[in-house]
Amino acid sequence: MCVVCGCSDTGARVDAAPARAGTDRQQDVHFGLGEARVSVPGMSQTRAIQIERNVLSANNSVAAANRARFAAHGVAAFNLVSSPGSGKTTLLCATLQALRQRRPGWPVAVIEGDQQTSHDADRIRATGAPAIQINTGKGCHLDAPMVAEAFDRLHDHFHHHHHHDHGHAHGDEHAHDQAGGLLFIENVGNLVCPALWDLGEAAKVAILSVTEGEDKPLKYPDMFAAARLMLLNKIDLLPHLSFDVARCVDMARRVNPGIEIIQVSATTGQGLDDWLHWIEHQAGGSHGHGHHAHPADTPEAVDDTDALKRRIRELESELARARSLAAP
Amino acid sequence: MHELSLAGGILRIVEQTAEHEHFARLLRLRLEAGSLSGVDVRALSFALESMAPATVLEGAVIEIEEPLGRAWCMGCQQQIDVRARGDACPSCGSSQWIACGGTELRVVDMEVADA
Repeated sequence: MCVVCGCSDTGARVDAAPARAGTDRQQDVHFGLGEARVSVPGMSQTRAIQIERNVLSANNSVAAANRARFAAHGVAAFNLVSSPGSGKTTLLCATLQALRQRRPGWPVAVIEGDQQTSHDADRIRATGAPAIQINTGKGCHLDAPMVAEAFDRLHDHFHHHHHHDHGHAHGDEHAHDQAGGLLFIENVGNLVCPALWDLGEAAKVAILSVTEGEDKPLKYPDMFAAARLMLLNKIDLLPHLSFDVARCVDMARRVNPGIEIIQVSATTGQGLDDWLHWIEHQAGGSHGHGHHAHPADTPEAVDDTDALKRRIRELESELARARSLAAP
Repeated sequence: MHELSLAGGILRIVEQTAEHEHFARLLRLRLEAGSLSGVDVRALSFALESMAPATVLEGAVIEIEEPLGRAWCMGCQQQIDVRARGDACPSCGSSQWIACGGTELRVVDMEVADA
């Protein structure tokens, strides 16, 4: 039966074994086992073509171009992913307001992804930050070409801040010694699909709210494996819930040993400083780090150690990969 | 249901290959979806099946192999096979490992007819 409209004859058949059962088993899909496969002796010359191509390679090359553009503008981009209702937009609004206090003049812009409406972009613009809404229609995730197009429209925002000799509407002198800026990309609310699409971001940030259940990292492992940071949001509600934070952290580390975790509440502002500090750190350390000393036991030093540990793990896995490729 | 987008990506790769190689018909297409690739093979089959009519995929046999994930176990400092994220290391029981293989969805090769 046709999987689209239910009609009875497409000539297609799926020989599908139960999903993932026995894993290694081949699952063959046969299209048109009818007439199309009738062989005509002496007519066909068949040959094999090696492809060896990642299906996401087209997206990944645009993502690489995005990454290069962000770097050229000194822009640090973060891809915010979560399920619907985790409080992404509220947290983002609180972040934008706190950033404005903490780093006035640091250009910050937002790309908003939703299936429909511009409600979220409107909320972001109400904070004073420029926002571009992408409506994906039926799409369940943002992809790199969408972000490239949205960034074209934001280009002027970062471009103006990037050049020293511009007298422009933003008119903030601080912008000149803080070249670059921040780009938040709020992905479509979905804990599955956005995990696979590289947008050119510096890091994926997964937001999990404590109203969702502490085992989400295990239920949606691909997303938490792809994220560098997990923001545990709505922690002001913890007294009213039976959410076990330690168990949640443990589950997140089971799918991603290197994941960093910050607990926040967009409503009370708790933990926002740690989150802002993380952002500044990822953005290259030049923002604000000059203003205070670096004794060995500061949170920054701990961050550095964590980052180094993570890097070592990444290199170990890289080495393992190289070795497995080199082996016959 | 990102498998629909992925199926679209597969179709584009096959169409591009058809342009370069000028073949008449696709007979067999071999794909590889690693067990850590985040791809649901059943959903991908379903998406390809829906998409095939009136495209270069029509009439072709599509094989999807699911190689096991490979990972570096931080517990026992060696490479291991893993089926899914969150699984324990089969040799030391640690769940602290980092994926290093079986994370991709790839078009491997195809068999085509020139006439």
